[in-house]
Amino acid sequence: MSEFLAMGGYAAFIWPAYGMTALGVAGLVLFILSERRAAQARLAREQGEKTQEKQTP
Amino acid sequence: MFSYLANPVRFDRFTRIAIPVSGWLALGLIGVGLWYALFNSPPDYQQSETIRIMYVHVPAAWLGLALYMAMGAASFVYFVWRHPVADVAAASIAPVGAVFAALCLITGALWGKPTWGAWWVWDARLTSMLIQLLLFLGYMALRGALEDEKQAAKSAAILAMAGLVNLPIVKFSVDWWASLHQGASVIRLDGPTIDPSQLTPLLLMAVGFTALSGWMVLYRMRTALIDRRARAMQLVREAGA
Repeated sequence: MSEFLAMGGYAAFIWPAYGMTALGVAGLVLFILSERRAAQARLAREQGEKTQEKQTP
Repeated sequence: MFSYLANPVRFDRFTRIAIPVSGWLALGLIGVGLWYALFNSPPDYQQSETIRIMYVHVPAAWLGLALYMAMGAASFVYFVWRHPVADVAAASIAPVGAVFAALCLITGALWGKPTWGAWWVWDARLTSMLIQLLLFLGYMALRGALEDEKQAAKSAAILAMAGLVNLPIVKFSVDWWASLHQGASVIRLDGPTIDPSQLTPLLLMAVGFTALSGWMVLYRMRTALIDRRARAMQLVREAGA
């Protein structure tokens, strides 16, 4: 296991390369999901306003 | 296919299937790809274990370029036919492409240091790829800077189309100029010159990353369309009030 982690002496380059890639992809996924939540909240708010308008005489 | 998807209702129906399919495909392919890349492929005879950086570097590079190509093509469709879904596509691609182009440069630096002895050199391949990243960032900055949405979309489309010139420069930079960067070993006229034991993880990761970015772009496009609907309702409400 420690031999695997050492990556033939190149651990300091290989693991950061995979780590940064994971970080970049994970960050992008979280950003994309938060964008969706914001858009859905906005749509729900507008739909709420619309039904309220209808209810006011 | 593109004119079929230009209809927002049909596009919506398409994404309902395409988003989960691309998402699960990405998860599966990258999972198996990582296993091959880290455990089940041999070290290179020259570069030993550092070759494993290739399995994230090359897919990131490929997507940085392919996503720019898609953004340029969508911008062209928007510019010529003024189709709003094409503009949504281009805008949705930009940050995804920027992240992959940046990852290409970061993993490239981490590969360059042990292989060439330098994190960065002002080499034709590296410099042209940096320009590709700046084109993505410039596109996003331009869109964000212009208040008028139509004007922003139009200007950004022109920038995206102009930036297409850089794609062949990145691709052929290693042939046109003396470069530290190695030449093409996968996409070349006489076929791949890379051993199957290394080509397998590379292709798995490349197709997996492609599915992943497909998921990201389609998911963002759907988000943008939801947002547009909310904005349209807001405009109607404000006009009525």
